[in-house]
Amino acid sequence: MHLTRSMRIVALGVASAIALTGCASSGGSTSGSGAAACAPSDGKVELSFTSWIPGIDKVVDLWNAENPNIQVTVQTGPNGNGGTYKNFFNQITAGNAPDLGQIEYDALPNFRVQDGLENIASCANVLDSKSKFIDWTWNQVTFGEDNAVYGIPQDTGPMAMYYRKDLFEKAGIPVPTTWDEYATAAAAIRQQGGYITNFPQNDVNWFAGLVWQANGQWFDSSTGSWKVSLTSPESTKVADYWQNLISGGLVSKVPAWTDEWNNAYNTGSDWTWISAVWGANSISSGAPDTSGDWAVAPMPQWKAGDNAAGNWGGSSTAVLKGSKHPYEAAQFALWLNTSDEALTALNKEANLYPATKAGLSLPVLADGVPFYGDQKIYDVFAKASSQVNPDFTWGPTMTQTYADVADGFGQVLGGTGTLSDALKTGQDKTIAALKAQSIPVVQ
Amino acid sequence: MSRTAAMIVMLVSTVYFLLPVWWLFTSASKTREQFGNTNGLVFGDFNLFQNIGQLFAYNDGIYLRWMLNSVLYAGAGALIGTVISAMCGYALAKYRFPGRELIFNVVLGGVLVPATALALPLFLIFSQVGATNTFWSVFLPSLVNPFGVYLARIYASASVPDELLEAARIDGSGEVRTFFTVARRLMTPALVTIFLFQFVAIWNNFFLPLIMLRDESLFPVTLGLYTWNSQVNQIPEIRTYVIIGAFVSIIPLVIAFLSLQRFWQSGLGSGSLK
Repeated sequence: MHLTRSMRIVALGVASAIALTGCASSGGSTSGSGAAACAPSDGKVELSFTSWIPGIDKVVDLWNAENPNIQVTVQTGPNGNGGTYKNFFNQITAGNAPDLGQIEYDALPNFRVQDGLENIASCANVLDSKSKFIDWTWNQVTFGEDNAVYGIPQDTGPMAMYYRKDLFEKAGIPVPTTWDEYATAAAAIRQQGGYITNFPQNDVNWFAGLVWQANGQWFDSSTGSWKVSLTSPESTKVADYWQNLISGGLVSKVPAWTDEWNNAYNTGSDWTWISAVWGANSISSGAPDTSGDWAVAPMPQWKAGDNAAGNWGGSSTAVLKGSKHPYEAAQFALWLNTSDEALTALNKEANLYPATKAGLSLPVLADGVPFYGDQKIYDVFAKASSQVNPDFTWGPTMTQTYADVADGFGQVLGGTGTLSDALKTGQDKTIAALKAQSIPVVQ
Repeated sequence: MSRTAAMIVMLVSTVYFLLPVWWLFTSASKTREQFGNTNGLVFGDFNLFQNIGQLFAYNDGIYLRWMLNSVLYAGAGALIGTVISAMCGYALAKYRFPGRELIFNVVLGGVLVPATALALPLFLIFSQVGATNTFWSVFLPSLVNPFGVYLARIYASASVPDELLEAARIDGSGEVRTFFTVARRLMTPALVTIFLFQFVAIWNNFFLPLIMLRDESLFPVTLGLYTWNSQVNQIPEIRTYVIIGAFVSIIPLVIAFLSLQRFWQSGLGSGSLK
């Protein structure tokens, strides 16, 4: 008797929990349909903004001081793939997502496919800002759709070549300007006992940056369904190139971002790093003993005389689904990513490199950097920024693609298979993952 | 001979368990330059206190806030959680009522459900009442400890004699008073065990705060250090703080164990006299 009563209570509890969940999800989907209109709200507006950029609260304080009627609260967490993206999706499901969120370019398609972003194209000043941004970044936030903007570009990672100027000079090896010369230099450096660089197993987005420079594509959604092309001719060309260096023992296998790796730069065993603008700080903090010995040159080219650069990293500020104040959120995102004061502060706090054309000539980016022998390194990156192919598309399952390709890269470094095999496996697994999520794929 | 072998096994396992702690200690005492280019297990210049000073000053002392939060989540959570577990276990052991075995079996089943699996449902429930990103969203779920209830029941039925409770009742003591004055004392070793286990479990709980909390000032130290660690690519200087922070964060656990294991031993010892 008592048993049945207690069981009935339990059953009632479960039923009401299910009912509550049902309410929440239907509430979430209705609130998202008002994307067409984007009007200012009356009175004071409070916005929440989640970002993992260290010190961003100090930048937001500048806005809050100037805009008493639009107050922004900063929320934080680990970096996107470290948990914040999952949190965003959970919050969107629960209907309590922040108004604004930091989303890296390579994660934006995932949010778009899952309908996690507000279209802010109709908000004032948004479409007019297109010309302010570096072309490729604008394409990242619009996905090539008409009358659509799903975020405001924040920072970029144009790539160049960091190299040990002193060691190259002492050894009489010319600084490579093409990938052929880079391979020749790699052999010469190996004879001196060093390595030209390492091949990083886990930085698959670094590898994608190289494919980007080679004018390759990994994804294409222009037909409405996704075409996966990790094994495109350009991508395979890059893979074969690095495969040769690995097979010839000309690059080290030290994993990136480890003490070992820092040490390889600090002791002069690794001579170059093809990396993004934000890498400038990684070297100077990881290899403090080599201060003054480094310089920056443009990325090696596939054909002598070409001017192509890749990009590695960068984020946008997106308005997440369900925000009640898309107008105010869009205005804040524009200020954060275009105004001189915000861009200067972001650069000072977190070394962010602007995504606007005007931002590249900020005074903070004009000086020579002592660690690089007082070279004005940001001039090199500003030039690289203008040479990034404007059309590069990320896929909607990049976390999975990165993991699968990195598995393959790891096997190559362990001595089995080739980099093209790894791309092939990544290709197959990505297509399977897209199909598993019912995302349309064309073969 | 076998004594020597036993000593060797113990020595090896001691070294095995303490080596990472030793690495953490030496690394936490180094300057950033030396961290990269000296042997991990050997001291460089002893810079520990300057490092700790910098850690405590970084970002307006947010690290101290995280430590305080952890102490609060784990300390208060384990304390209240232990009281709840003890009362439940005691009630299940000493009172006869319909459905007792059913409740106990449900609690026992709860031991098998990993806390990680409950984090997302908890997030959705707390979202319904608008209580995510609050102190309570981490604190309240931490109070529940099915294993503690289990342990308390087993220990109460073994160590609290019914005759003693009967005597207390005859002397006019109410049930609640009997529990706190008589039963609690007899159950102390079990309660210390429950407290320690729960303290460590809450201290190390990472997934629930990760899902629940957005406000940096509410983070426990585990989540804070993880957040810093994920920013190392952007701000390489933070790496040093992650190492020192990890070192400092184990100190309260060491203190809790060293100070409470005394009760543990004396409790077990006095129990054997009966």
